[in-house]
Amino acid sequence: MTRKKARERYCLGIESSADDFSVGISTFNGKILANTIDAYVPAEGGIHPREAARHHAEVASKVLDAAVEESGVKPQNLSVIAFSQGPGLGPCLRTGATVARALASYLKIPLVGINHCVAHIEIGKLKTRTKNPLTLYVSGGNTMVAAFDAGRYRVFGETLDIALGNCLDVFAREAGLHQKPDLPFGAVVEKLAQNGKQLIKLPYTVKGMDVSLSGLLTAAAALSKKGEYKLENLCYSLQETAFSMVTEVAERALAHTGREEVLLTGGVAANKRLQSMIRSVAMEHNARFDVVPTRFAIDNGAMIAWTGVLAYTHGTVTAIEKSQVRLRWRLEEVEIPWIQ
Amino acid sequence: MKRPVLMKKGAEANLYLADWHGRKVVLKKRLPKEYRPKMLDEQIRAYRTTHEPQLMHEAKKAGVPTPIIFLVDHKNATVIMEYIEGKQVKQLLNEISKSQRQNLCFRIGELIGKLHEYGIVHGDLTTSNLIQRSEGKIFFLDFGLGDKTKELEARGVDLHLMKRALQSTHYKFARECFESAIEGYSTVRSETSEKVLDKIREIERRGRYVAERKERE
Repeated sequence: MTRKKARERYCLGIESSADDFSVGISTFNGKILANTIDAYVPAEGGIHPREAARHHAEVASKVLDAAVEESGVKPQNLSVIAFSQGPGLGPCLRTGATVARALASYLKIPLVGINHCVAHIEIGKLKTRTKNPLTLYVSGGNTMVAAFDAGRYRVFGETLDIALGNCLDVFAREAGLHQKPDLPFGAVVEKLAQNGKQLIKLPYTVKGMDVSLSGLLTAAAALSKKGEYKLENLCYSLQETAFSMVTEVAERALAHTGREEVLLTGGVAANKRLQSMIRSVAMEHNARFDVVPTRFAIDNGAMIAWTGVLAYTHGTVTAIEKSQVRLRWRLEEVEIPWIQ
Repeated sequence: MKRPVLMKKGAEANLYLADWHGRKVVLKKRLPKEYRPKMLDEQIRAYRTTHEPQLMHEAKKAGVPTPIIFLVDHKNATVIMEYIEGKQVKQLLNEISKSQRQNLCFRIGELIGKLHEYGIVHGDLTTSNLIQRSEGKIFFLDFGLGDKTKELEARGVDLHLMKRALQSTHYKFARECFESAIEGYSTVRSETSEKVLDKIREIERRGRYVAERKERE
């Protein structure tokens, strides 16, 4: 028993690309032993990158300790350190990268830089046991439809401007709503939308497999300032319009690729209304629908740890001198050697 | 009419192959989408059912081949149009030689140039929406997301979407295909094409995590 345990290998992953600082620990077989997340919640306004980075630096050792303790893995038994190398906010990414480099040097183990978007897809596949899905990844920073083909994840559709989560968040702020640590803006809007009944006409912009959300946000925010409509109805209309757009492009990509699995992930994946819409198109095209459990759908360290395992066991190591963060690292730039 | 046969279940419409007064036709039926509110669904389907045939008709005036429209049934959100016997460019690109590919893309670019010059943007320039008939004529299909506009922004987005579609579906020759298409596009009106190319770059920079923006960091 003890001998078997000594042979087990582990990867520790650090995620810090935006407002969450998180540490996850995964075995090389994909068992997640820890996934500790500490969110930075601004008193008002959006994420200030420097403030968020300061938060990350402050909580880093606490979160690391908690994850290590939860996993029961001794730091000296770790095999590799993975970190979110991009895309994301510069100061935030740099904080996580600094912690990762320090850990790897101190423990004298390899470092692996991971693409944040790849990690979202890989943990989603692990947690839902999907094999080759079409993934809709919707969060505060990203809105894309992607699927694997010939060595890489290809982006079939994405937003031409702002991300879906960003659209909901900014609207909520403009409408004077407030978020709490356990109730983010998206959940506040979702709750209000449940009581909305009147569909207010808002700009609906689908271009090919891409969407544009900035015009919708501007129009909805302007209407909320006018005070003509009940906030419930505005939230409802914003959600229905934005989600319909995203669902339409997801369906286009699904028809185009003919995939048999649809995976919904990212922070906005927690929204029940969006889930029901995507489920509906998946069913129509005889595809299986899965939504990634929230703790693995939001930004989390476990996804970096698990993708770190995949990358490391397929020959990827990031030398310290090449470990600078990559703010605009696109999903399709990453080669994926672990899928045949 | 003989019983129509489902030819393709698309994302927004079902395509049926049918015989209509002795003609081989395609029935394009925009089905209600359960996922979106009824009012929004009806607006979208009514709008696209009306606008698509209009744009296809206009495209012909611009010198761009499109199927002949026989009937527009607003009530059932159905359009009956000519069936084009030929090969999807999506398939074709994988089967032909490099020079044939460049020639094909050059001609597609020319046609897009004509379309834009006339004041139409297609809105969904993927290679599955282009069909080459056996004699070589290239037909443009699926104008459901198109628009009548001469705005530079709309033209830029149209070409940007084409570039993206090439990158995701034909990643092996996306670059050469797009370059040839732009060459063809430029023959229609060179000073406009310069501006459109600048616009594409601007749109790309606006997008998320774009390499070009990265270079300037």
